[in-house]
Amino acid sequence: MANLTLQNVKKSFGAVEVIPGVDLEITDGEFVVFVGPSGCGKSTLLRLIAGLEDVTDGDIRIDNASVVDVPAADRGVAMVFQSYALYPHMTVRENLSFGLENIRMEKAEINRRVSDAARLLQIEQLLERRPRQLSGGQRQRVAIGRAITRDPKIFLFDEPLSNLDAELRVLMRVEITKLHERLGNTMIYVTHDQIEAMTMADKIVVLRKGVVEQVGAPLDLYNEPRNLFVAGFIGSPRMNFVAGKIAAADAGHVVFEAPDLPPLALPGGLAAPLTADGATLGIRPEDFVVSRDAGAGWPVTVGVAEQYGANSYLHCTLPGDVPILVHEAGQSLARRGDVLYLAPRENHWHLFGADGTAIARRQA
Amino acid sequence: MTDLSQPKPGLSIAAFATRRRGRKRLDWTDWLTYLYLVLGLLVMFTPVLWVAISSFKTPANLTEFPPTLLPYAAQTVVVEGHDEPLPLFDVVGEDGQTRQLAQLRRVGIQAQMIDPANPEERIVVPVGNATPVRQLYLATENYSNLLSSTGGQIWRYLFNSLFITVVATAITLVMNSMAAFALSKYRFRGSNVALVSILATLMIPATVVLVPTYMIVAQLGLVGNLWGVILPTVATPTGVFLLRQYMLTIPDELIEAARMDHASEWRIFWRIILPLSSPALAVVAIFSILSRWNDFLLPLVVLTRRESYTLQLALASFQTEYGVRYEVLLAMTTLTALPLAFAFIFLQRYITSGIASTGIK
Repeated sequence: MANLTLQNVKKSFGAVEVIPGVDLEITDGEFVVFVGPSGCGKSTLLRLIAGLEDVTDGDIRIDNASVVDVPAADRGVAMVFQSYALYPHMTVRENLSFGLENIRMEKAEINRRVSDAARLLQIEQLLERRPRQLSGGQRQRVAIGRAITRDPKIFLFDEPLSNLDAELRVLMRVEITKLHERLGNTMIYVTHDQIEAMTMADKIVVLRKGVVEQVGAPLDLYNEPRNLFVAGFIGSPRMNFVAGKIAAADAGHVVFEAPDLPPLALPGGLAAPLTADGATLGIRPEDFVVSRDAGAGWPVTVGVAEQYGANSYLHCTLPGDVPILVHEAGQSLARRGDVLYLAPRENHWHLFGADGTAIARRQA
Repeated sequence: MTDLSQPKPGLSIAAFATRRRGRKRLDWTDWLTYLYLVLGLLVMFTPVLWVAISSFKTPANLTEFPPTLLPYAAQTVVVEGHDEPLPLFDVVGEDGQTRQLAQLRRVGIQAQMIDPANPEERIVVPVGNATPVRQLYLATENYSNLLSSTGGQIWRYLFNSLFITVVATAITLVMNSMAAFALSKYRFRGSNVALVSILATLMIPATVVLVPTYMIVAQLGLVGNLWGVILPTVATPTGVFLLRQYMLTIPDELIEAARMDHASEWRIFWRIILPLSSPALAVVAIFSILSRWNDFLLPLVVLTRRESYTLQLALASFQTEYGVRYEVLLAMTTLTALPLAFAFIFLQRYITSGIASTGIK
């Protein structure tokens, strides 16, 4: 068992407060992804867990034992660095065994672990090479192998795929997910790429400026973002936002008004009836009902129609130059200059109050 | 992945040496470049070559004016009835014929000569008609005399020089790299003050601290002891700075990875930092070897006993004891310079790459 608890963890570098206070609970065997824009403190949080930085305040507990004063090596965590940090003057085998030699493990046991890890990652034929003779993907495997040989309670990955090309990234994504299934260890993974987060995580932690914005399963975050930031960050292409006001709302009936636009009835209802002057409507590109009949929703003008073959993305504009991206399954017939009418699908819309937090919908 | 550090197959020494800017003909910049390089070669290399050649000249040849380029020696012949070998001369006779005669003695502008084939008859020849018979001769006895005349002491001096150079360089490398490691990779209060004060010592000339150094060495009872020369300068500010600059380029993530790999700080230094800074270490080693081998002032002050002399001190002592014996002096200078030349030949690729990577001269 390797539960990880962060309790009001704070970190400042001099006068700069990077993490103003994070509480987080990670249970054994979870694959957790920290995601956020660059500079949001996700790497710092990972380094705090690893023990490479000291916390300014708060507590980190692994298996209910505080590790704040435990050196990095003794916390039972292993880290895969963004640059891989392989020792360039050692062969792959020496790289894998260095940590084990340092704790004076027996030769036979070291050899067993190294060959196990090498077999698992299919790098057996590379053991006698040096890092600079390896490709990016191979280095990545060696870096992961070095973490595996230490048999840690928790794996930490610091943007491990950011140095790989797009194709290899997809492959390694799948491999790391498989690895997690096979090993069953707790893994914490830092990335700024929300696709990696969506595809790999059991649990996503969205961070902004050192603050946890939302924690949850990938699809929960996608379907029920807690605020504007999460709604905009999770999902690709990103959600459309239109600023306006809630003109009328009761249990089964919501009307949203935006300047220059006809009032829009949102199918579905809010959890509590309310009207609000400053509100933002968010609708994902795939959540529109597209029609060519006037009066069936907001009129938009098609600017560019991108045909991907299986999917089409229409870059449109509302009156008042508000950009709207619309997804259509299959190959679209829309052309540049066409006028389409958009309405949201039932309960597939999001309303956010003036402070950016989501207004709860009535559960369907 | 391609490895860029490996030399391209087509690049040979000949191709390198004949490289030029102009495609077919020599560009004017080529002329300028080669002229400059040749000038540099002459300025740097001529004195070295002159010493090496002169070390094979006989004493007479050395004091000649005008000097000869190559070592020549007067040819001598052993004549019956004379103990010493006699110098041979080409003599132009009154009949215009040239004969080879051996000179007995010279009186004023006349010289008494004998024909080696007919030693009984003495011939008086005007000096102007006689030119000494000379041939190329390598006076290797300069070297053998050097070894024998010092009575084996030369090996003692050589050992002293080697001991000081090797031991001091080893200690210098360890001390400097430890300081550089701390100054480049640890964040601690006063690290900048420490670095600046180390660098500030560069402004103090060695001669200024010579007397205080001697007093400390004397207090420690190391006068006349090789350690008295080794210890005072094992920490060099240039070495610390050079190594620190190089170590700054080693990624911190490597050290963090090693730290997570249960490596102690000492082990990180020994297994990660040192192997990765080998180019900079080579540069520091070369500088250290050079200065230690050639060091004169500190050994002169500290090493007062003859048994503890270094080669440089022994060299200097040739000039005082029996006058200046140039032939022995030159032979010894050549011998003394040889190890450095070899050190340079073997380590020069590290020097260029090391200096290029640290950006320091």
